[in-house]
Parts: sequence; structure tokens; C-alpha cells
Amino acid sequence: MSPAPMPQSPDTQAAPRTVLDASDISRALTRIAHEILERNKGADPVVLLGIPTRGVGLAARISERITAVEGRSVPTGSLDVTMYRDDIGLKPARALEHTDIPPGGIDGKVVVLVDDVLFSGRTIRAALDAIGDIGRPKAVQLAVLVDRGHRELPIRADYVGKNLPTSLIERVTVHLTEYDGDDAVVIADKPADKSGDKPVDETARTGASA
Amino acid sequence: MTAYLITGAKIVVGGPESERVADLLIDNGEIVAVGTNLDTPTDVETIDAKGLIALPGLVDLHTHLREPGREDAETVLTGTKAAALGGFTAVHAMANTDPVADTAGVVEQVWRLGREAGYADVYPIGAVTVGLKGTQLAELGAMADSAARVRVFSDDGMCVWDAALMRRALEYVKAFGGVIAQHAQEPRLTQGAQMNEGELSGVLGLTGWPSVAEESIIARDILLNGHVGSKLHICHLSTKGSVEIVRAAKKRGFEVTAEVTPHHLLLTEDLATSYNPVFKVNPPLRTKADVEAVREGLADGTIDIVATDHAPHPVEDKDCEWSAAAFGMLGLETALSVVQHAMIDTGLMTWAELADRMSYRPAAIGQVSEHGRPLEAGAPANLTLIDPAARRTVVPGESASLSRNTPFDGMELPGRVVATFLRGEPTVLDGKPAR
Amino acid sequence: MRHLLSAGDLTRDDATLILDTAEEMRSLADRPIKKLPALRGRTVVNLFFEDSTRTRISFEAAAKRLSADVINFSAKGSSVSKGESLKDTALTLQAMGADGVVCRHGSSGAPHLLATSGWMTGSVVNAGDGTHEHPTQALLDAFTMRRHLGSLEGRRITIVGDVLHSRVARSNVLLLSTLGADVTVVAPPTLLPVGMSSWPCTTSYDLDSVLPKSDAVMMLRVQRERMNDAFFPSAREYSRRYGLDVHRMAQLPDEAIVLHPGPMNRGMEISAQVADSTRSVIVEQVTNGVAIRMAVLYLLLSGSPETSTTSTEEQTA
Repeated sequence: MSPAPMPQSPDTQAAPRTVLDASDISRALTRIAHEILERNKGADPVVLLGIPTRGVGLAARISERITAVEGRSVPTGSLDVTMYRDDIGLKPARALEHTDIPPGGIDGKVVVLVDDVLFSGRTIRAALDAIGDIGRPKAVQLAVLVDRGHRELPIRADYVGKNLPTSLIERVTVHLTEYDGDDAVVIADKPADKSGDKPVDETARTGASA
Repeated sequence: MTAYLITGAKIVVGGPESERVADLLIDNGEIVAVGTNLDTPTDVETIDAKGLIALPGLVDLHTHLREPGREDAETVLTGTKAAALGGFTAVHAMANTDPVADTAGVVEQVWRLGREAGYADVYPIGAVTVGLKGTQLAELGAMADSAARVRVFSDDGMCVWDAALMRRALEYVKAFGGVIAQHAQEPRLTQGAQMNEGELSGVLGLTGWPSVAEESIIARDILLNGHVGSKLHICHLSTKGSVEIVRAAKKRGFEVTAEVTPHHLLLTEDLATSYNPVFKVNPPLRTKADVEAVREGLADGTIDIVATDHAPHPVEDKDCEWSAAAFGMLGLETALSVVQHAMIDTGLMTWAELADRMSYRPAAIGQVSEHGRPLEAGAPANLTLIDPAARRTVVPGESASLSRNTPFDGMELPGRVVATFLRGEPTVLDGKPAR
Repeated sequence: MRHLLSAGDLTRDDATLILDTAEEMRSLADRPIKKLPALRGRTVVNLFFEDSTRTRISFEAAAKRLSADVINFSAKGSSVSKGESLKDTALTLQAMGADGVVCRHGSSGAPHLLATSGWMTGSVVNAGDGTHEHPTQALLDAFTMRRHLGSLEGRRITIVGDVLHSRVARSNVLLLSTLGADVTVVAPPTLLPVGMSSWPCTTSYDLDSVLPKSDAVMMLRVQRERMNDAFFPSAREYSRRYGLDVHRMAQLPDEAIVLHPGPMNRGMEISAQVADSTRSVIVEQVTNGVAIRMAVLYLLLSGSPETSTTSTEEQTA
């Protein structure tokens, strides 16, 4: 392979740019942890559920911060929403991600859903349906690292790491060390879209959107 | 009767000078002359046969015409039309009709229907046992003495498995020079059998039909016939072991003749992987080694003849699960092409040898004097003209048979029958039925 | 994957995906609402030409837990020629808009024919065909073993009994070898197919020599009527040579488990004490059957029919 990779496409695409670096992400998560404790008057009722893939890593980090502040841990798990997506019949079958409901369950708790990027809102709608099949929480709140706008449903986040106005031709990618080797939020132009699909929910697994 | 002058065909004759280019004059049902610059009647119809090969009319010793009883699958008319299109001028109609051809009445009916159809001479084969049940000899003598003059007897589809009964049948037909054509299949070894027994049958979960079930009966019957000195013919021999048994027996002077089908010369068991019952046949398609062995056996004369085992079945008997489907394949219209492909184009056999395996010898075994004669002056004008250079793709819907169960669907095969003459009358011209 | 016809069609990635998906499906059993919306609006037909209540209700439960509409079509005992009925049945299912057809048939290859004949467009799941295959049984067996033994790579698995007539054995040999297990089949020579050399397993006639080297033993059902066809002399002799009783079971390594696809002939291929012992995972196999069938139905039917690709592509990340 050439040591000096050149853009393969003649299209003029802006180089990917990092909008949040590792320390930005760390600060944002710390702030979110504090906001969660503040809003819920402590950690007592809180259950953190990360939405795979990167939401799970973010939930774990928030959980650590809460533990550091409160001196006790909060139940933290993961919630796969694949089977609740509204486009499930429109795309090839997808592999399921792991759902892990903490031992105490979610009945009567405050479930804080954690995801990396809030976009159309469809993933969160699916998550709300999934929660409904698991139990009856007292409340559901939403924490996201990035809100990039372009909502298609009446959904908003309770805790936002960074509001990031984007255009629809851009692609927002969250990197986390445990999955990607580094911590960063990156914006790049989307490669020319051959399928002509709407730029929503293009993929749940790269953490590019949602 | 129109006279025909066939010009410029490569004429296949026996002997060392096996092929020569000449003209053929046909009149009054006979070959009048073979040569060049022939004296011709004024109203002769000339057929330019340059590049074509003239073969003696082919003779099939193993055809299922299905009439009477299964006229939805085939009739004598449609079956003989398919035969003519395949270059045949005579076919032997197997006895497993409904009612079974086990009486003089049934064989005469089939014989008469053949006369009326006019596309090929039909020689009925009589059943060996009443109702093919394998328990009591049918009235072989009555069938031999009937208008149909039956000489070949077979329970084809069923094996005459009872050794004592087989012995009696072989002995009995000596009185009128008959031949017993055995469907060699040991029944207890092949209960519920669906395909060749081997690695593949185990993988596909289809009950196996082991080679030994064929070979053990062939060996037994050769020995039985050696004991009683009659005429034994082995139907659709399909395995390497069978070839070896027959070869060794002939070498030791045992009287036996054997046939192989076109499909066993070309197709192998792996086609069953599709579970498409068009490949279900009895005996089953075997392995590559078996195909090579039967080709070799046909080339060296161990196997005497090619016989089609043309077995038409209506769509519903093949458009179903493998185990529910009927055994059998169409063969008449593709036989010549398949043999050309498997034996001539591979250099294993010459056209003269093909004439021997598909015309002279089957006629001799079936004791049919009208057919299987070399193309020379004075012989009945039973012949076929083929274009060996043509290539064609088999399309089931184009068959003259009432049935569509050809395993060669979509295959490109060499050779095409251009014309067939039965006693001087064209049954096929320009590759189409003449009437 | 569009159909599941043979365990041999599954790559290791395919099989692992199904097992991993089943793991998620199995956790559903612990939830208050045992239902997922994945197949809402899809129609699954259980097309059973042979009686098999166990397999049918397992598929039925699986489809219902995924919110599919389920139609049970028992075609057994139809008096018309079987061929006509399979084709006509397929055309009927097509006309009804079946998205998935779960087919149990006494004739080897019948599901294959449904999938390839062009009679219908739905996905076909082989729920056991003749003496050919039973891929979901093999998957649930592998799933059960994986839960007890961890990865099957290098695990020694012994399958005992009527391999010749067993669709369960065929599918298991193919799947377990794909998953990296060392499979040995043990049977009297009469109950092994000829030409097994190409199978990805070793064969043995001697159960006692194999048991000490087995991490799992699967006992196959042996039908007494095989005795009448001279496959073995008597039930007693079969049981003595190839049955699993407590004495034989004692030869197994400590952690080894015992499986049986059911229904069992207690006292024939497996003794009651073995079937009810702590090593036995037979009841668990049944539970896992629903999870496996959910996984299969989910992976075959949840996607759009036009864009169905191998599901392994989706697994990356």
C-alpha cells in the first residue's frame, strides 16, 4: 500500500475534522453525570441503560463518574433496540446486540438512556418501546454525547454533551477508546450516497448517527 | 410411392472401409442402389445430403410406449413419432403397460397400434411373468405365436428375482428362440431405494441402490443361462462391476448380451443433489467411474448395444418430492446426440461402431430382420440422415413425446436428425415429422 | 441467508451469529413480556407433512414470541398423490402470502424443492426432511453444548445410534464440525451409511472406548422396527452394546453432558437414571429449541426480502 494515501474520489470533500477531543468528551461526561445526580436528587432511583454499541461505553463512563461522586454505584446495563426499529423490515436482517437489564430491574426507577449521537430520534423511539416491554419505570431520561439536530420525531435529550449543528450531508462519528482506540467526535462529509436513502439512521453500529 | 435420391451423404457401412461418400437411391421401400452417377427415375425427389451421415435406421430394444393404460404419458403414436425424430425406425415396446403385456391379446394390440402409427415399427416385448408379479410364467408361447411374433420377454421395472423361475423362463423360450431381458435388481437389497448408494446417498438422506444389487443378479443369471443354454440379455447395465462381470463371462464363453442407456453414458449421481426428480431413474445414475466403465464396455463390445429406456411420465409424477416421483427419463429424441457426444466426439467409437451398437446388434438381439441391415442395394430402406456438425440445446417443450421428463433439459448436445426413412417413406424430413 | 435447508450450508460465522442471537432471545424468558415486535406483520406457516408436535409447538412459540402471525398447516394423510399435494400446497401458501414456511416432510429434499421450485417465494426453514437433515435441532444442540462447555472448538462430541436414518445426526455432524468440534459417531455398522469417509467425523463401533474421551454424548432415538429389518438382532442386544446406562455414564469425564433429541426410548438407547441425571441436559434442549428457532426466524424473516444478504455482513463492528 502507498504510504501516502490520497483521496480516491475526485470529489472535493472536506477533510474529517475533530470537534471534540478526549478531554472535551471527558469533561462533557463529567458534567452529564453531575446533571443526572442533580436532577434526580442523587443516584438512588437511577438506572443507566446504554444503547449499543457506543452508548454502552458512554453509560459505563457516566456510571464510573457517579460512583466517584456518590461513593456508590448505580445499576448500569445495555438495551438493544434492533427489533424495535421502525425500519426493521426495510433492510437486511441485523445481528442483535446484547441487552443486559441490571438485577433490580427498571420498575419504579428512573431509566437514563445513554446514546452517542441524537439525530432523527428514531432509535430513541425504538428504545422507549423496548423499555415498555421490560417494565414500567417511574421516568425515562435521555443522555447523549452529541445532539446534531434534524429530529424527525418529538424527542429531545435531557442531558447533552455538545450541541453540534450539522448539515445532512455530514456524518458524525463518535470514537471511544474501548471500540476505536481513541476518544473523539469527528465530522466528515458523507461519501457520495449511491443508494439515495434518506440520511437517517444509516447505521446503528458505527455510531455515526441516531 | 415417391423415389428418393440422397446425394453426397457419408454412408456408414460395416468393415474396414467404414464410411464412404456416395448417393443412395430409394424406391419401392428398398435401397435400389448405392454409388455415384446412379440411374434415376424421372420423378425422383433429390435430397442434398452433403455433410450428412447416413446411418441404418436405429433400433431401440427398450422403449416404454405406455399404451395401453397410461395414454396421458405417451401413446404408441407419440412415442413412435419421438422415435422417428431420434433416428429410430424400430422400437421394442416394454411390457409394463396396464394391462400388462402378458397375453397374446395385449401384444397384438400394441403391435397393431404401431402399424397404424407408421412412424416406426413397434415390436412388443412380452412379460416374463403374469402381471410382472414374478410368481408365474406368462403365456410366452402364445405371445411368440401371435401376430406380434414376440421374441423378447422382460419384466422390466421388476426383476425376475426368483432363481428357479428365471431358470424356467430361460429354458422355456428356447422352444421358439426367445430371449429373456432381465432387469437386474435384487429386490431385498433395494427396498425403498432412491439413488445410487454411496457417499452422496448418505449425505442426501436418500435410500441407496447399491451396485451389488445389480451385479449379483447379472452374475447369477449368466451362470443360470450357462447352465441351461438359452438367450439372456441384460437391460440397462449401469455399474463398473457389471461391465467387469459381463466382460469376464464373455471371455469365458458365456452367452449374454447387454445394453446401456444414453443417460448412463453421460450423467452421474451428483445431479440428485438438486433433489429434482427428473434425475430419478432406475437403475439410478451412478458415479463417474461407472460412466467411464460403461463407455469403455460399449466401445470394446462388452456391452452390445445402446437402448434408450425411454420412460415418459406425466408432469405431476415428476413435479414433486424425490421419493414420491416416478423413476424414468425420456430418451428417444436425444439418444443419438448423447451417444455422439459421449462416444464419437470422445474418440471412443466410430460411426460404424455406432451403427453396430444402435442398429445392427439391437435388431439381431430382437430378431428383427427388417431392420438393422447395412445400407446396401436390396435392403429395406430404413435409414436416417444426421448432421453431426449441428449443435442444439435440448428444450423439453419441443419434444414430440407427450411427456417432458428429459434430464438433458438445457444441455447443448451435438448432432441432429435431419431425415428418417421407414421402408422408403420419410417419417422425418428437415428435422420435422414428415406427416 | 434466505432459507435454512441444511446445516452444511452454514458457515462458521453464520452459525455463530445464530447461536449469539439465540442467546439474546433466550434472555427473553426472564422478562415479564415474552414478546418481541421483530416479525410484526409477517406470516409464518408451519407446514407439517409428518406429525411432530414437539417441533411444531417449538416453532409456533418462537414465531409468536416474535409477533409473527402463525398458521399451522397439517398436511398429513392427504389422499391425493403426494406430489400434487406438495406443489398445490406451496401454491396455496404463496397465494396466502406466507413470508416463511417451516416445513417438516417425510421425503428427503422436500424443503429444498419448496425453496427452489419457484412455486413460492417465502423463506423455507427445514424442520426435518426424511432421513436428510434437521438443522434447527443441530443448532439447538450446539447451543446447549456451548452453554455448558463454552466454545466447541476442539471439544469431543460423540453421537450414538441410528445414524443411517437420522436427520439429527447428519445435521449435527455438519454443524458441529463447522464449529470446530471433533465429532465421533458410534453405531453398529448396519446403522451407519456406506461411504462415510467424506463426512467430517470419525466413526466407531465401540461405545466404551469413546466415552472416556467425550465432552458431550448425544444419544439418538432408535426405532424398534429397525430390528425387524435386521439392522440389529434385538432391542436387548442393542441396548447392551450401544445404550447409555449409569455404568457407562460413569466412564465420562466429570464435566461431560448427555443430550437426546427426543422422544426418548427409556431403557433402550438411554436408561431412565441417565435421562434424569444431573448430566442430562435433555429438558434444557427443549427450552433452547424455542430460542434457536426465534433466532433463525428472526434472521431469515426480519429483513427486507429484496435486500437479504448474508447476515454475517451485518455482524461486523
